[in-house]
Amino acid sequence: MATTWLERRRSRIDGLAQGRSLGAEALRRLRRNPVAITGAVIIGAFVIVAVLAPLLAPHGAAEAFPELQENLRPGRIPGPQEGFPLGSDQLGRDFLSRMILAARQTLLVGVLATLIGLVIGLVIGTLAGAFGGWVDTLLMRVTDVLLAIPSLLLAISVAALAASPSQTTVIIAVSAVAVPIFARLLRGSMLAQRESDHVVAATALGVKRRAVVLRHMLPNAVGPVIVQATLTLATAILDAAALSFLGLGDADPGRAEWGLMLAQAQAYLDVRPALALYPAIAIIVVALGFTLLGESLREALDPKGRR
Amino acid sequence: MSALLEVRDLRVAFTRRGEPDTVAVDGVSFEVDPGQVVGLVGESGCGKSVTSLAIMRLLPARGVRLTGSVTFDGTDLLTLPEARMRELRGREMSMVFQDPLSSLNPVVPVGLQVTEVLRRHRGMGKEPARREAADLLDRVGIPDPRRRLDSYPHQLSGGMRQRALIAIALACRPRLLIADEPTTALDVTIQAQILDLLGQLVRETGTALVMITHDLGVVAGMCETVNVLYAGRIVERARRHRLFGTPRHPYTHGLLRSIPRLDAPAGEDLAAIGGSVNDNLPWTHACAFAPRCPRSLERCVEVTPDPETAGGRLLRCHNPVPASVE
Repeated sequence: MATTWLERRRSRIDGLAQGRSLGAEALRRLRRNPVAITGAVIIGAFVIVAVLAPLLAPHGAAEAFPELQENLRPGRIPGPQEGFPLGSDQLGRDFLSRMILAARQTLLVGVLATLIGLVIGLVIGTLAGAFGGWVDTLLMRVTDVLLAIPSLLLAISVAALAASPSQTTVIIAVSAVAVPIFARLLRGSMLAQRESDHVVAATALGVKRRAVVLRHMLPNAVGPVIVQATLTLATAILDAAALSFLGLGDADPGRAEWGLMLAQAQAYLDVRPALALYPAIAIIVVALGFTLLGESLREALDPKGRR
Repeated sequence: MSALLEVRDLRVAFTRRGEPDTVAVDGVSFEVDPGQVVGLVGESGCGKSVTSLAIMRLLPARGVRLTGSVTFDGTDLLTLPEARMRELRGREMSMVFQDPLSSLNPVVPVGLQVTEVLRRHRGMGKEPARREAADLLDRVGIPDPRRRLDSYPHQLSGGMRQRALIAIALACRPRLLIADEPTTALDVTIQAQILDLLGQLVRETGTALVMITHDLGVVAGMCETVNVLYAGRIVERARRHRLFGTPRHPYTHGLLRSIPRLDAPAGEDLAAIGGSVNDNLPWTHACAFAPRCPRSLERCVEVTPDPETAGGRLLRCHNPVPASVE
């Protein structure tokens, strides 16, 4: 008995002494946080639905059904019935299938736009923070100009540049909004790193400039940027939905999109409010999920909160 | 024997537009012979750290005006191109900093921070570098070094971290090591261990050591020659025994008298130097220490004392403590 207890204790201490990275430490704290778990569950469910959408959706997004269409009248849209759990939309298509398939578009646009914004923002932020001087001044003034424009206005302007709106233009427009945020954030923490003791120490050891920037500055500086990325996913989803709502979204009628569904449902608010309500709730819940996880991630990675 | 490091008239001024320069180091000169241990002592703000950063050329290029010369093994460091300087740093000259936690990269395992230097300067491969790193950690007294290679800095105690930093600094057997208050952030017991370790390693490898500290106890135990800095200038320099035996500058004298002694009579107040570094006069037309000096004369606030060398001692004072006192 005593020996097993001792052994267990010893292996636990060994485990503590073994390299456990800050990331593992943060993960441990995330798992204890109910807010983080709520966010993770929402995102998990959303991602599963989005990935498996073609399998989960009973029908196609553009498929119209005669049995629904014949019941369509001005002032009447068929509600839930046999085979169509959420009823019909304004054109006699299966509303449930469209809701499910739209999740896929939302995830795709949100993730791609955030990733593109993140990568470009990281490059700009690293260059500005590592080199300083005129490189920094030039990049940051451009960034400031972009930051000065309200994000939705910027996204609309970029999207409107394209001859015809498409999924690609939405992604570009939304990532254009994210780039300056990431760039500024990273540049700030890179500057703080440049003054830090361990960077001076690395320089004092003759470590090459590139290694100082990439190994000693960047990994210590990206924390806030990663957190921002989760939060940006939420705003990217909202922005993409807003663009679709305003008619600057994906023009392909074969694809469903929550923002566009919301826009089109406006005319039928008094007939079937569910057509507007469900996409709106979906957008809100998903954005909330990313925000919750992002906020708790920020808390978990904050070195001051380390226990 | 020619000196390994020769600092001549080093002056470091921090410039700010629209404001007068702040002179942190004001004409400091000293030499370090190969394998020698030299102390640089002074209170906070006297310019000791700035001196060390200037020697390593680690001060920012903007807003700093450096004059004088720093010669390392015949090369003038102040005019050396940055790329050549990077070659020297870590290989020929190294530095140990004050705060062992913040001087290690928190997101990189300790082992990688050791091998990084070995691979950079000694061109070692991944595996040999790892073996050598374990060896180095062993030499600085870190138990179970193989496993410690994968530890992150926050998993080590303060003493361990400082040992690791010393291992990194000495990895390439540099000829000069600058230790900037290496024990200030540590417990007294750990301090003694770290100092012993430093002294022993420096002796083994023949590395010259510049010990920067505010702690006279540290200096007394290790340094052959001691430089006492005040307000950016060296006010007294002598061999250790001479300096501690017969301090001549009132500042040195005051410092030594303000060390608590076990054999002091009970109830006696500890001597202290009045005022603070902020009360300094500018060196340009006075002795900076004069306002705090118990022996100050009329002349001290009118004429800058020049450094005078006599009997192996450098002294910058108009009215030094007589050699017979104490």
